[in-house]
Amino acid sequence: MHLYYENFLFISIFLSLLCGILTTLLEDGRKSRRVTLVMLAVCAVLNGIVFVNTSIRGEYFTYAMGQFPAPWGNEVRSGPIESLLATVFCIVIGMSLLGGGRDLEEDILPGKINLYYIMMDLLTASTFALCYTNDMFTGYVFIEIMTIAACSIVMAKDNGQTIVATIIYLIMSMVGSGVFLFGVAILYSISGHLLMPNIMASVTKMFTAGSFHYPMAVVAGMVLVGLAIKSALFPFHTWLPTAHGSATTSSSAILSGVVLKGYVILLIKVMCRVFTMEQIRQLNVNDILFVLGICAMIYGSVRAVRENHSKKMIAFSSVAQVGYIYVGLGLCSTAGMAAALYQILAHAVTKSLLFISTGGLIQTAGHRKSLHDLRGMARRRPLAGIGFTVGALSMVGLPLLAGFITKITLGQAALELGIPRWEMISCLTAIAISSLLNAWYFIQATIQIWKSEEEDVQDENGPVAVHAISPDRSFGFAVVSLCVMNVVLGCFAEPLVRLLQHSVALL
Amino acid sequence: MSFLQLLHNLDINRYEAAAVCLFVIGLCGLMFNRNLFKKIISMEFMDAAIFLFLTCNGGVIGHLAPIITDPSAAPSIEVYTNPLPAGLVLTGIVVSVSFTAFGLALTLRLYKKYHTLNIDEIIRKMKQSEEY
Repeated sequence: MHLYYENFLFISIFLSLLCGILTTLLEDGRKSRRVTLVMLAVCAVLNGIVFVNTSIRGEYFTYAMGQFPAPWGNEVRSGPIESLLATVFCIVIGMSLLGGGRDLEEDILPGKINLYYIMMDLLTASTFALCYTNDMFTGYVFIEIMTIAACSIVMAKDNGQTIVATIIYLIMSMVGSGVFLFGVAILYSISGHLLMPNIMASVTKMFTAGSFHYPMAVVAGMVLVGLAIKSALFPFHTWLPTAHGSATTSSSAILSGVVLKGYVILLIKVMCRVFTMEQIRQLNVNDILFVLGICAMIYGSVRAVRENHSKKMIAFSSVAQVGYIYVGLGLCSTAGMAAALYQILAHAVTKSLLFISTGGLIQTAGHRKSLHDLRGMARRRPLAGIGFTVGALSMVGLPLLAGFITKITLGQAALELGIPRWEMISCLTAIAISSLLNAWYFIQATIQIWKSEEEDVQDENGPVAVHAISPDRSFGFAVVSLCVMNVVLGCFAEPLVRLLQHSVALL
Repeated sequence: MSFLQLLHNLDINRYEAAAVCLFVIGLCGLMFNRNLFKKIISMEFMDAAIFLFLTCNGGVIGHLAPIITDPSAAPSIEVYTNPLPAGLVLTGIVVSVSFTAFGLALTLRLYKKYHTLNIDEIIRKMKQSEEY
């Protein structure tokens, strides 16, 4: 028997695509903004209902799209993890739009603002589809849709910097999706299926027979590395700082908080649902992700310390945080997977908060972006200052905030490996070094923004002209609710982590 | 495996081998060419290679197109080819065309702004005019 909430997965994907069409017809920025926000709220509620029901029942369900049964037709599927991620992403996208609303009005040409919301609707649809799809090729199509939507929201500001950032992003994405698609094509030609459970059945058969070992290693490597390129893992991160640093506030927040994670979710599905974690370990593919993740953690933090551009500093911190996710995945255990999933949630909430509040501070400083120009701005706009401080402390890993739980669950997952192996030692060392560097640049930045302006009068540029900012209620709402989410994730982490660990088996 | 056997295997898988060669050419072009236009053409190469791979695996020589003209005969995989790979290639072509169009539009924009197609040159000019 079908339960009522099983329809919600398709409805939320369909609703966001429908909103995209509706927004095209509206041609009015304000109306399209309202439509998009309402759609996001409705989808958050729908996905929330799915999450509550699936986590109470402790089971997953599949929903056949169209009339064709399993080996031929297309399917969506959800357990607690997928619906939780979709709900949180919905909220994060909504809050980023609310918090960066004023910047959007200033940065985008007035006639074109509804186009921005079309892209946002497409991006939401592809996020849902990546969370819920049970089919490799559908996954491919939606990562491409997500890439185009993400490229468009980067270039929405339409100046030289953003277009260059977009083209670099586009080229990197092309490399990633080409490698991924080739992997899928080989996998299809070996297994003869595109639906994940069917592929898994034939892959398991091949593993027990001991045949096709090298092709399987090649396929797993291509699919995982292709997705890793798209989600800006260490040597492929070059597009990220420019894109995040130059885009408008909402775009930066959404790119960092949601878009990078969309690809990681598909990657997790490939690891758990196409192959099993045991098979991935046998093929040694997880070691690539692990080593690159460790490099990303350290490299991102080192570059962030040297960066003086406020948004680029936060972008480099994103490179490091993506490294945390990949280290969790690279451990290739239930605990590691749960740590990676928790980090996805924590980073989505924290990074969007940081970008939005930095956007607020930059507005107050008259659109000057270097950390030096932001000094004292938190006193002018306390709410943005508090948002930045909460986000920064969470990134540093202060207890009671989300970032701390990431580090501790990741550390525990590494310790669970038992005997001191190189993974455990390098993981713990990298967490320690990265936390130290995080503390260095984030606390420095926090002190800088709260400094009183009189202390620095002998500056050669003279004091920064402060722009009076009229109160912005939606900005305040976004910052406060993201702060609350951060604290809730940090304080009530134990049941959530336990739920994630139990639900990894349902992936 | 003797050299002759290797050649024989290569002959059986000639389409796949060609696809892999094309893919590598495209990938290298995409990463190492400095000219934006050439980069986008290399991307086309890469996608074409994947389509070749899918198509050559989808077609079985001697099998019929999957259209049932005689409804009384039972459909069988011994007679008909699988229509799915062709469908995948079509979808892939649509995606690749939209990417190419988007990439070319961006390239045009950049050329109008910086009067060059060399990506290094463009990044250098961008950094010069970068304002904090």
